[in-house]
Amino acid sequence: MFNFMKYRLAYLLFSLLFLVPGIISLVLFGVRPGLDFTGGALLELRFTQPPRVALNTGTVNDSLKELYTVDSVQTSGQKQYIFRGQTLEVDQKNQVVTNLIATFGETSELRFETVGPILGQELIRKTLVAVMLAAVLITLYVARQFNELKYGVSAVLAMLHDSLILLGAFSLLGRFFHVEVDVLFVTALLTTLSFSVHDTVVVFDRVREFKRQHAKLSSTEVINGAILQTLGRSLNNSLTIIITLLTLVLLGGESIRWFAVALLIGAITGTYSSTFTAAPLLLIWEQLSARAKLLRARR
Amino acid sequence: MSHPLRSFILILVLTVIAGLIALPQPRPLAFTLFGRQIDATFGRPQGTVTILNRQLSWPQFELKQGLDIQGGVQVVLRADMSQIPDKERTIALDAAKEVIARRVNLYGVSEPVIQTSQFGQEYRLLVELPGLQDTAQALQLVGTTAQLDFRLQSALTPEATVSAVAFLESFIPTELTGQQLKRAAVQFDPQTQEPVISMEFDSDGTKLFAQLTTNYVGQVLAIFIDGYPVALPRINTPILTGQAVMSGGFTLDQAKQLAIQLNAGALPVPITVLEQRTIGASLGQESVMKSIRAGAVGIGLVILFMILYYGTKGVLSGIALLIYALLTIAVYKLLGVTLTLPGIAGLLLSIGMAVDSNILIFERMKEELRVGRPFNQAMELGFGRAWNSIKDANIATITIALILINPLDLSFLNTSGLVRGFGITLLIGIVISLFTGLVVARTLMRLFLKESNRV
Repeated sequence: MFNFMKYRLAYLLFSLLFLVPGIISLVLFGVRPGLDFTGGALLELRFTQPPRVALNTGTVNDSLKELYTVDSVQTSGQKQYIFRGQTLEVDQKNQVVTNLIATFGETSELRFETVGPILGQELIRKTLVAVMLAAVLITLYVARQFNELKYGVSAVLAMLHDSLILLGAFSLLGRFFHVEVDVLFVTALLTTLSFSVHDTVVVFDRVREFKRQHAKLSSTEVINGAILQTLGRSLNNSLTIIITLLTLVLLGGESIRWFAVALLIGAITGTYSSTFTAAPLLLIWEQLSARAKLLRARR
Repeated sequence: MSHPLRSFILILVLTVIAGLIALPQPRPLAFTLFGRQIDATFGRPQGTVTILNRQLSWPQFELKQGLDIQGGVQVVLRADMSQIPDKERTIALDAAKEVIARRVNLYGVSEPVIQTSQFGQEYRLLVELPGLQDTAQALQLVGTTAQLDFRLQSALTPEATVSAVAFLESFIPTELTGQQLKRAAVQFDPQTQEPVISMEFDSDGTKLFAQLTTNYVGQVLAIFIDGYPVALPRINTPILTGQAVMSGGFTLDQAKQLAIQLNAGALPVPITVLEQRTIGASLGQESVMKSIRAGAVGIGLVILFMILYYGTKGVLSGIALLIYALLTIAVYKLLGVTLTLPGIAGLLLSIGMAVDSNILIFERMKEELRVGRPFNQAMELGFGRAWNSIKDANIATITIALILINPLDLSFLNTSGLVRGFGITLLIGIVISLFTGLVVARTLMRLFLKESNRV
């Protein structure tokens, strides 16, 4: 039998390889909050011809004069641009579009969104509540399911590991590719929580069953055996999920691309963590408690 | 479950029904396959069939498309209740909703969504107007305060009986407006027990109303909201006290509705726009086409993978997966689930997850076979043992889906349509995948999987 758990520290180190850059980035740069959180306005236009004048924040604000100040301009496709700035009234927006057409050429309006600052604040609160609620419910569920602290704590730690990796990844994506965090990201984060637990439950279920069947085996052997048995299922299952999400990332529409990326990262780390984070943590816990027991016995 | 054949026939019937519901309207399908141009039509059957001398037409179901797909305007409005007494705030909010709903309907927006929400001192309206592209127009529809006024009907000209415009022009505005109406309420006539509407005017209104009712007894004093008559009461006697009662054979619901509308004019709630989103139809359509293509490729690859890895069992689980897809879309249509772009992602995700139960079962079977159990026993044990893991694992996902859907409309959780769309598709996906993964796949395996083709 292949001794999987022999390399438990290596798995945890491998996790750190992804966790540390993400956490550093989270601490230094945070994530880029999107319109949903900050409030403000977003206007997406598609030009019928390539813009007559090179289009950037400077030239756009020149053409708008005192009317309005655009904070950023971003391309979102061929001849397609996203303009962002402070909240904007509809009349004002129409004036802005007229000015832009006069300077850069004929356009059609794809999207216009404006969100008041109150709603942004509210969304942050709601998001925190939803994430906390999800974490608490899942922890309670795992605790009830496994009746033993070590299972619950390991599962929750694995869940935390997955959320941190996802958050860190989006902090880095935000820093280097200007990817923003919006309501859909929060949805993906919550889904990641469920992915993570979903998988860990399957692995832990097997650990318990294995333990019952082979009472004489050491905890390393028990966990090892359980993992070997669930590995095929874990890999195949996450492979099917990864296939569907990857096609969505590569072929799907622009507007849900980053949502699909977030789900994809969640699916990968969720599968990885049940086998390579939750199970090693469980083993380390069991070994530490066994050692503690031994020490007490010697005294 | 003791009769696999019977379950199989039931599943077959269910699949055909689901298929008929799920298939889109026939549309030409032109594509090139291996350099050959192929033209075909693809979709559900149209027209009628005659069964037992009865003409039956196929029921036609359409998927409801969310705002992000078909384009449209979404507005979140805040009602400023500072001028309105505490007790009347909920009524005022409902009244504002009524007014907006009526305007939107008059304007001819199909399937608008108008919701009120209230928490703490915040009173809000969420309005979704699918298909509308002009933001300014949309805001005019929903953002302005209702105007209520009273108009006297002059003699009916012959045109007024046939032309709506002439009919409207036959009313002469008076100085009496909603500003002078203090409140309207539903009461019951002590004699007839019929619902009637009582109206109370302020001092200016009392004077004006007394004048009008004295000078024009026998004429119709119509109540207009936003230029359209909502009630056409006739003046029976002069009313000098400012306390009018309007009767006219209303049902209780009609009377309540009218009272709300009158109060809407009487309680003008200033409204401010908190959030406003306009999505062009083209943007959504492009994304949908791409996402559907991605979905088709994804399902194809998953089935391919299952077949390559699990052989005959993989083929069966592929069939179960297709049944899953048909059932899911049929359920969307039957329940009227609004499909959003994140919803499509949720659907695809659930397809990826749907094979999970199959994989769990197949792997379990392999183990039982390895231990040396006979094939049939291994299969049943595989199902039985895997069920525990499947059940436990899915509860977590269902919990998350419920948090996202927020079915109780808890004010501290999200109510965004996009997030809900994702949650709902995820939940439906899990429930149906449990059915196809356990019942459908099991029946197929019992019938078609023999010892000889075990892997």
